[in-house]
Amino acid sequence: MKSSAPFVIVALVAALAIGGGAYFYRIRRAANPPLETSKEVAEGIKESGHVLGPPGAILTLEEYGDFQCPPCGKLSEPINQLQKQYNLRVIFREFPLAMHAHAREAASAAEAAGLQGKFWEMHDLLFREQAVWSNSNDVRTLFSAYAGMVGLEVARFNRDMDGSEVQQQVDLDQQRGAFIGVRTTPTILLNNQAVPADQLRPDTFPAAVEAALKSAQPTS
Amino acid sequence: MIFYCAAALIALAGLLEATYLTVIFLSGETAVCGGSADCSKVLGSSYAKIAGIPVSALGALGYFSAFAFAVFAAYNYARARTFFSWTVITMFLVTLWLLFVQAFRLHAFCRYCLFSAALVFLLMGLTVSRPSSAQRNP
Repeated sequence: MKSSAPFVIVALVAALAIGGGAYFYRIRRAANPPLETSKEVAEGIKESGHVLGPPGAILTLEEYGDFQCPPCGKLSEPINQLQKQYNLRVIFREFPLAMHAHAREAASAAEAAGLQGKFWEMHDLLFREQAVWSNSNDVRTLFSAYAGMVGLEVARFNRDMDGSEVQQQVDLDQQRGAFIGVRTTPTILLNNQAVPADQLRPDTFPAAVEAALKSAQPTS
Repeated sequence: MIFYCAAALIALAGLLEATYLTVIFLSGETAVCGGSADCSKVLGSSYAKIAGIPVSALGALGYFSAFAFAVFAAYNYARARTFFSWTVITMFLVTLWLLFVQAFRLHAFCRYCLFSAALVFLLMGLTVSRPSSAQRNP
């Protein structure tokens, strides 16, 4: 007669793996509490930054993004579509992470384009071409080419990229992000409520926006 | 007996790691940047899930199967030895594919994936170099 010990061992390990996994999942979720900006900070944020959409929109989507972050890139087009579909107010704030070699330069490029009124054009192009420039050894040349592609005055763009105005804007965005507890990108707030990280995938994010829209609808 | 105990311990280590990665995936931490750049690139890529199921969860299932078959084989369940071998061979082939994806498709290596690959290589090495007494039916 064979021993029942292997059945006990295997069942015990299965129970430990499932139970331990569930416990660990709860700990990880608790370790990343949702951000919520205070009214004062939210008002300050709304005063500046790059804004798309009407000021009276029912839903404001505010993103702290890093142009070299692949998840930010994947979410860029869905956000554009949602903005058009629901007439959202979208605010983009720079949050270049140190882990990405060219993120700071990319943020500077977008801000420099913003000084010539083409922030969103550069924003879209940087995300679209992310895979190209992320692995380049000469991003400045590429960014200059992008500047030309979106119709910027390239010489001014190159000067502005290193200028204090652009650098201060990037720093300011980062400081604001750090102040409200942003640690990862993309961090997205819908009417000042942070979207949990597991809803930041292109396939799950539209549902999060639709749920926020539903709860933001005025009740009659 | 010793052979299958060693294999079970290696599979247990793999199960722990794969469970950790599955939790990271489910909590959304692979959907954002903030840790290691290469791990973000690999674990957040489209290759990290199959039909919505995280590859790490499939890995956990693979390691658990290898563990279970190794335990049963250690207790002289003859068919468990065959199942153990086929499980390890399947995991080895999947690991080769994932290494290819990291090297040539994503151009990034995640340290967790490399650790898992090392465990599977170890299991495969054990399976191939298994002494004949461990292969023999009781």
